[in-house]
Amino acid sequence: MGTAISLDGVEKSFGAVPALRNIALRVDEGELFGLIGADGAGKTTLIRILCTLLVADDGKAEVLGLDPVKEYRSIRSRIGYMPGTFSLYEDLSVEENLRFFATVFNTTVEENYELIRDIYSQLEPFRTRRAGKLSGGMKQKLALCCALVHRPDLLLLDEPTTGVDAVSRREFWEMLQRLKKQGITIVVSTPYMDEASLCDRVAFLQEGTLLAVDTPEGVTGLFTAPLFAVRAREKYRLLRELRGFEHALSAYAFGSSVHYADRRRSASAGEIRDHLEKRGLQDIVVEPVRPGIEDTFMALMKQGRGEGDD
Amino acid sequence: MTESVTRGPIKGAVENLTNNVINAEGLTKVFGEFRAVDAISFSVGAGEVFGFLGANGAGKTTAIKMLTGLLAPSSGNASVAGFDVYTGAEDIKRNIGYMSQRFSLYDDLTPLENIRFFGGIYGLRRKEIKEKGRALIDTLGLASVADVRLKALPLGWKQKLAFSVAVMHEPRIVFLDEPTGGVDPLTRRRFWEMIYESAERGLTVFVTTHYMDEAEYCDRVSIMVDGRIAALDTPLELQRQFGVGSMEELFIRLARAGKGGRHEE
Repeated sequence: MGTAISLDGVEKSFGAVPALRNIALRVDEGELFGLIGADGAGKTTLIRILCTLLVADDGKAEVLGLDPVKEYRSIRSRIGYMPGTFSLYEDLSVEENLRFFATVFNTTVEENYELIRDIYSQLEPFRTRRAGKLSGGMKQKLALCCALVHRPDLLLLDEPTTGVDAVSRREFWEMLQRLKKQGITIVVSTPYMDEASLCDRVAFLQEGTLLAVDTPEGVTGLFTAPLFAVRAREKYRLLRELRGFEHALSAYAFGSSVHYADRRRSASAGEIRDHLEKRGLQDIVVEPVRPGIEDTFMALMKQGRGEGDD
Repeated sequence: MTESVTRGPIKGAVENLTNNVINAEGLTKVFGEFRAVDAISFSVGAGEVFGFLGANGAGKTTAIKMLTGLLAPSSGNASVAGFDVYTGAEDIKRNIGYMSQRFSLYDDLTPLENIRFFGGIYGLRRKEIKEKGRALIDTLGLASVADVRLKALPLGWKQKLAFSVAVMHEPRIVFLDEPTGGVDPLTRRRFWEMIYESAERGLTVFVTTHYMDEAEYCDRVSIMVDGRIAALDTPLELQRQFGVGSMEELFIRLARAGKGGRHEE
């Protein structure tokens, strides 16, 4: 497989504020690649460099084997870009928007209809409606169709699922999986950690720095401390008692339980339960658990910031 | 003996009723033909962390607007912080806190200026604002940036400040509309710990979120589908009732069963 994107030592600052620091990564052709990070991590800046809307201050970048500065025109005709904010023409209808984008890219809706059929069929009943009058989920689907209408080799999606409910998010990822099967390389940014597991590989971004680039399994392998899921009746107290335990590395709420990491390799569930019992907690359940993407991201973040333990 | 047995629960129920910070009964909002909120009934007790979930378009925002005195209901009843939504909308606004991801603080003002501004809006006296402002800046560890414009601060700090400002006038209840969107997982958890702490001190928290793990942090959760409340209970009880392993599973099942919200209305 060839390389769709290759970055080496890429830097970008806005005034005195560094947005990206020494970014090096490679995305293979046909890969579904996730950029995972919070607001302000640098995801948008990175995507905008890849789609030639921003020029890096330093470093080397290649997109589809082309130079984003000298060959930006060729790149633009071969990528599909969906920005983080809705950027279609609100006063044009669904159909008009799609035709407009097809025309700009020198093609027709019919020519590549096969690629968008799946998604566009859900929009078809509203094809005469103005884009501005669509619901959030439908706007997002239309934006995706417009980004795909010229059958790009590389699709760049900037936070397509932010602010979207759990059902629409799941549907959106199902669409991405189907597009991937058609051979399109996809780079998608998201602040949702759970979406990382749906990617072939992910890059963790925090404050402009890459914390890790790996498969979802590879990333969770970076978390090496013994980890336990702990439950008790009073959750907030449980959290504080776990943090107060002398061997605690970290303790964070995870859904209905608290994930507790211990400093010692030899830590056992029984010992942790004993400690909590002594502190007067009730209905205690302690089970070893495998670290997930979010556990790992938080641990890497704290390392990156050189922060102490909570 | 018999007397005390019967008296116990009744007394408890009455206490519960008077302690409720929200009581909604058949609350409805109709826009033309569309029933955005369709006769919802629920109550929220003092010090409770109440999760208000629903798919985009399920009617959450309309319901919140009625509960915060911004929109008059079409029918039904509700009281919030002891005031009626029809006759006491202005009193409600004065006695609640509100924070959302979209609207919280002014980016071009410093933390101290934001505190002063919102303190004034909430009707605090100058002396109070001064005292509370100092205390807030200290507690949040913002002393070194008290005079820096907000836009230069990390999102996590801004959110903590936004929350603190929203409860500066000591309301009985605070409405948080997707307070943690886009935030990193560490900051998200620190934010929730602030919520827990405030709830322990008796503040009622009414919160919406798209993060289903956060739904599990709530004492009770309601899930709206097509303008109605399709489920309401503790996260544990809901999962037992519906025979699912997580709130995400339950949410997806209920939202998919609904016809509206996610279709084109």
